[in-house]
Amino acid sequence: MWPPKGNHMGLPLQRKIMEQIIFYILAAATVIATVFSITERHAVHAIVYLVTSFFALAVIFYLLGAPLVAVFEVIIYAGAIMVLFMFVIMMLDLGHPEKVGTPGIRDWWPALVLAGVVFAAIVTIVAAATGSPAAGQAIGVREFALVLFQRYGVAIEIISMQLLFALVGALYLGRRQGKGEKP
Amino acid sequence: MGYEILGLPLIYYLAMLGKVIVVFLFVLLTVAYATYAERKIIGHMQVRLGPMETAWHGLLQPIADGLKLFFKEEIIPSQASKLVFLLSPFIALVPAFIAFAVIPFGDTIEIAGYKIPLQIAAYYDTAAGKVIDVNVGVLYILAMAGMGVYGIVLAGWSSNNKYSLLGGLRSAAQVISYELAASFALVAVFMLSESLSLQKIVADQAGVFGWYVWKQPLAFILFCICSVAETNRTPFDLPEAENELVAGFGTEYSSMKYAMFFMAEYANMVTVSAVAATFFLGGWQGPTPWPILNFVAKVYFFMFCFIWIRATYPRYRYDQLMRLGWKVFLPLALLNIVVTGIVVTLFK
Repeated sequence: MWPPKGNHMGLPLQRKIMEQIIFYILAAATVIATVFSITERHAVHAIVYLVTSFFALAVIFYLLGAPLVAVFEVIIYAGAIMVLFMFVIMMLDLGHPEKVGTPGIRDWWPALVLAGVVFAAIVTIVAAATGSPAAGQAIGVREFALVLFQRYGVAIEIISMQLLFALVGALYLGRRQGKGEKP
Repeated sequence: MGYEILGLPLIYYLAMLGKVIVVFLFVLLTVAYATYAERKIIGHMQVRLGPMETAWHGLLQPIADGLKLFFKEEIIPSQASKLVFLLSPFIALVPAFIAFAVIPFGDTIEIAGYKIPLQIAAYYDTAAGKVIDVNVGVLYILAMAGMGVYGIVLAGWSSNNKYSLLGGLRSAAQVISYELAASFALVAVFMLSESLSLQKIVADQAGVFGWYVWKQPLAFILFCICSVAETNRTPFDLPEAENELVAGFGTEYSSMKYAMFFMAEYANMVTVSAVAATFFLGGWQGPTPWPILNFVAKVYFFMFCFIWIRATYPRYRYDQLMRLGWKVFLPLALLNIVVTGIVVTLFK
């Protein structure tokens, strides 16, 4: 019988090892790219690193049996949000690393606190985990959509309303500023 | 064929490699000869001959052009951001090629007792007795279409040239605007097929009258126009409008790197043509009984239309382009989705 029956659990050992090797390569790529995107002083270069990291992350999602999340990671984060970031950086001409000063401790202590909280949470979860995590079965679009729009339907609607408010607000602010001067 | 690697027979790997090579060569050759076809077709439409000197009727012209570009001097501006400058031609070119991984270009064929679907990211499941492919194929194509814009924007920025930067920015705005409308046009199609797998979408379009172009004419027209805009072709080729921006994002590029941008544009044309053929004209399910021929003919038909449009229409103005994208195409695409939803629910 080819290919072997079953989901990830039923795969032969070699293929599990193969998947693990790919996972570690991708994980390393994600971490390295993210570190570079933080330490890079040039905004546009930082975005390039961040997009690389999103890509590696998307493939990790795919390996974990979440193709939909993987594709959304690329479409929304790498494809839409990062392009907009880049657009804004280029429009405002922010790409001058020599003008950027080194942030002092006063600038980044909230980030440090939050990072500490997240790190503590991860350590707690990893310490409390028993055995290996359940290998995921690939979730189809239909199941995903049913859960999203039936179980969390109201939340989704509220979030989309919020985005609409933000959009209208941005439009309003943009209009008011443009009124005084002639374009 | 008893030899196995990682629990899969050797032919599985050979078939995969074979499919990749065939598709890659097909796209590459089509790209090369699309440049020739473009010059010839536009030439004849304007009562000229087009290239005639290289071999019979200029048939070797693309190869001569390629060689010429290969031996040209490579110039990198001294103030350019070097790594990004070198990287962006690749970022522009690669997504156009890898989008082909999920496009089915033929029926399942049988080699040495193994059934092989003619689609790169797919395999035949003997237990289930059907072809399994990427179940988010449509979204994968949209994701890859969105990646190509990085190549152009980064090229424009890293050249450290105002014309390049303006070209890059225009391109970003244009691609984002039209990608939305094109994606929404495709949404209506997969509402009908109830699947994001391209295998299923093609299987649903058996027979010429089963093609989605008859059920979704508005989506088809919207997708065609938006894809012309997305590939930066005339009449929407504002990112490289030569009368205002010299050559747009490609101003500072020379030699092979320029050739790669050129190839990226044509490879995008091929990909978009293949997507249009798959979604609206039934992919390989077509008028003739030869699946691969059907597919290739449809792709070339769309390519011809791209060239035809270029020979016919003048360039749009930038504000006209944006108005068209956001105020005409996007609302129409949304309306199409709503109407399709109502019809699908009523006649189910």
